[in-house]
Amino acid sequence: MIPNEPKITPELVAEHGLKPDEYERILKLIGREPSFTELGIFSAMWNEHCSYKSSRLHLKGLPTKAPWVIQGPGENAGVIDIGNGLAAVFKMESHNHPSYIEPHQGAGTGVGGILRDVFTMGARPIAALNALRFGDPTHPRTRHLVAGVVSGIGGYGNSFGVPTVGGLVGFHTRYDGNCLVNAMAVGLAEADKIFYAAATGVGLPVVYLGSKTGRDGIHGATMASAEFGEGAEEKRPTVQVGDPFAEKLLLEACLEIMEAGCVVSIQDMGAAGLTCSAVEMGAKGDLGIELNLDNVPCREAGMSAYEMMLSESQERMLMVIAPGKEDEAEAIFRKWGLDFAIVGYTTDTLRFVVKHKGETVADLPIKELGDEAPLYDRPWVETPKQAPIDPASLEVNHTIPGILERLIGSPDFASKRWIWEQYDHLILNNTVQRPGGDAAVVRVNEGPKALAMTTDVTPRYCEADPFEGGKQAVAEAWRNLVAVGAKPLALTDNLNFGNPEKPEIMGQLVGCLKGIAEAAKALDFPVVSGNVSLYNETFGRAILPTPTIGGVGVLDDVSKTISLAFENAGEAILLIGETKGWLGQSAFLAEILDREDGAPPPVDLAAERRNGDFVRSLIEEGLVTAVHDVSDGGLLVAIAEMALASGIGANLLAPPAGVSPLGWWFGEDQARYVITCGNPKNGILKRAEEAGVPIQKIGATGGDRITVPGERPMPVDALRERNEAWLPIYMGAGLI
Amino acid sequence: MKAAVIVFPGSNREGDVARALKAVSGHSPAMVWHAETALPAGTDLVVLPGGFSYGDYLRCGAIAARAGIMDAVRAHAARGGLVLGICNGFQILCESGLLPGVLVRNARLRFICREALLRVERIDTPYTRKYAKGAVIRIPVAHGEGNYTADAETLRRLEGEGRVIFRYVTTAGQRDDEQVLNGAANSIAGIASEKLNVLGLMPHPENHVDPLVGPTDGRPLFESLAGVLERA
Repeated sequence: MIPNEPKITPELVAEHGLKPDEYERILKLIGREPSFTELGIFSAMWNEHCSYKSSRLHLKGLPTKAPWVIQGPGENAGVIDIGNGLAAVFKMESHNHPSYIEPHQGAGTGVGGILRDVFTMGARPIAALNALRFGDPTHPRTRHLVAGVVSGIGGYGNSFGVPTVGGLVGFHTRYDGNCLVNAMAVGLAEADKIFYAAATGVGLPVVYLGSKTGRDGIHGATMASAEFGEGAEEKRPTVQVGDPFAEKLLLEACLEIMEAGCVVSIQDMGAAGLTCSAVEMGAKGDLGIELNLDNVPCREAGMSAYEMMLSESQERMLMVIAPGKEDEAEAIFRKWGLDFAIVGYTTDTLRFVVKHKGETVADLPIKELGDEAPLYDRPWVETPKQAPIDPASLEVNHTIPGILERLIGSPDFASKRWIWEQYDHLILNNTVQRPGGDAAVVRVNEGPKALAMTTDVTPRYCEADPFEGGKQAVAEAWRNLVAVGAKPLALTDNLNFGNPEKPEIMGQLVGCLKGIAEAAKALDFPVVSGNVSLYNETFGRAILPTPTIGGVGVLDDVSKTISLAFENAGEAILLIGETKGWLGQSAFLAEILDREDGAPPPVDLAAERRNGDFVRSLIEEGLVTAVHDVSDGGLLVAIAEMALASGIGANLLAPPAGVSPLGWWFGEDQARYVITCGNPKNGILKRAEEAGVPIQKIGATGGDRITVPGERPMPVDALRERNEAWLPIYMGAGLI
Repeated sequence: MKAAVIVFPGSNREGDVARALKAVSGHSPAMVWHAETALPAGTDLVVLPGGFSYGDYLRCGAIAARAGIMDAVRAHAARGGLVLGICNGFQILCESGLLPGVLVRNARLRFICREALLRVERIDTPYTRKYAKGAVIRIPVAHGEGNYTADAETLRRLEGEGRVIFRYVTTAGQRDDEQVLNGAANSIAGIASEKLNVLGLMPHPENHVDPLVGPTDGRPLFESLAGVLERA
């Protein structure tokens, strides 16, 4: 008989985040009352974070296959073939709730977790990215969160030794009570040496590696699956504490024992720690697992089985070691000063058995723990469509230069240099395109191959029209990769939403997923990994729907890559793609008129693909000197960014007939790029025409000002001052 | 050139410096584990690389300075052998007594990764002979604790003996101690031992040797070493 202390009461069940009907499901599954430890195990396996119970049904619609996909969703990270026998391994994951409660450790362990997901698969991390969303800058908590999250990301990645090469940072009042910290890591492995979680072989040792187990992070995944209300601070003990030094040692030790052929299967201890990792290893391999907790290295004495099973202490791994390789594996781990303990064995019983101090504290069916997790087809309603905005209906008391100055000095568009200079973005000596461009470019080994990577999403669009917003997020990430000359290969998605038990929130999730699926299919840009973060609500107010897309592409010859900086004066500036002057949900509308309404720009995926493929062919053939995709903020912001990156100005032509000036300069029509070339007569115009790609000359580079006909000129230096000033001043940091 | 790069737990730029040495000299350095007690026979140059040895959990470099291999490194330096410490390596050199002073937290308390401008203060050292005297070079920094400080007497001695080898300067090429990015005393970026055979610097010349990833102003440092060692 399994001892049962304390007694299971409805209150205790509720404290574990389990609904009464879910508890009934447990009783039916095991035919008896669970032990306290077992209840903890169920709560860890069946929370939203681990079971995807609200999203699973809708995730099935995502395209996950392509000839170059080696591993799609379901493992620690996605794996794609990038040629020459090499694979890129990548994933993005959220650490939103912990970062709000304790920003430095929350963000740091978010980075640690995603790095571990990547090297668990046998890949050495070569780059990290992130996507951060904070509340309104005037909210009293925002500054503290920015400072803590940035120091946490830098503190972890810098010490671990991975360059943080890209990301995005946005501010909106809807994130006041829930910041978003989405961390992405990209690793490199040999395509035929990928490691998986599924255990094989009966009676093999299950080995615990890495840091010791402490009482930190207990119930972290359950906390991350609930809304915030009063007393969020009291949840601070559920946030784990990171140790990047231990992670660095764990990386080196893991790669070394993989190389030595010691590893049969491997799973990192992330959310829900030892419970989740052991169950996944067994369930995926159709094996049982028996653990003896007496052998688990603990940081403090007297830890109970319950605490050990639910601890989310960081920098830990579980492995099944090849027969006869225990001593060799142990020697490697001892060399790196890490703990190594045999904590169990694989069995043929398909049971998950946990023993502690001679007693069995859990004995559960291992497959059902995962497979029988609740699956909900939650009711949802479609987000009502909004009407497009007619530019003629807008009353604006600003000049074009005045609007540009406001926009590029606003929180969302202001330079994020203050942030990315706190991240080591140069280590490993492969960062070809540094932060600040459309996508980062990281050389692969000695080249000439390189990977391009980016994170993107426009939450305003997703809120107004989840389907178009979902499409746009994928298209935008794809476009960022194209703009540096890469062939986009695959994406990872980090779906951040509010409480799925509300039909309108569920409708956002369903709509965004449909949009993501449609765009991913049309652009041959499959989803290979991802993460779902729900319940991002505080006091009943949800965040903007934020399905962050992390995209990865490949360049066969890195020397061909092109940045957004104007290269020479006297070159033609060309606009690719069609401009109708779409102002609904634009940054212009939000920042200047304080309106967030109207239909967001529709995404024509066929045009997206046609225009993007055309731009990439120009880059590959060396016909262009600078490329920038036109995204939120519109054409004039894009041109300003190209000027700021170089110091070279631009003389622009008047808007074409039929497009309003506001719509022309600040509209957010999709599938557009600005390119420059020394001689537009080098065949680009003719080729565009043949390819059916809209193209027009819109001006020329030169001087040190941006000029628009009939408006006062805008000196590039003055624009830069505005662009660089906001963030350091906001953070009270001074400009050095 | 026979070079040895010491690898401590938590070192993370050992690969970058090994790559730079290989690119410039054609030879890969030996990678030497911190727990060893002797350098490979015939070692000419010892490099203490950047990183976070032992997590920088005590003072930066304090634990590494007491690693098994460090007695051999001190003996090598005492014989006049070349020892180059970059970033965490510079911190280790200070903690191990091979260079004076200490590196404390950046004045603004934040990690800084950016290109810095350095002035090469003298070129009659084994590390700088391929630079032009007074040259202003672009070399990136990536550190949270690069704020060099020492007592007034030590600073006077360093300056008097011409042992400040690299100094942070403004875009105009001028020293400005008020504006220095990490708060370092006298805008010091790198110093040498009395015999000029030990050099410690915070910036990362190894990250600026390859035109594909940035400027190549770090290259002459490694070319200087390769030249010296070939003649030896």
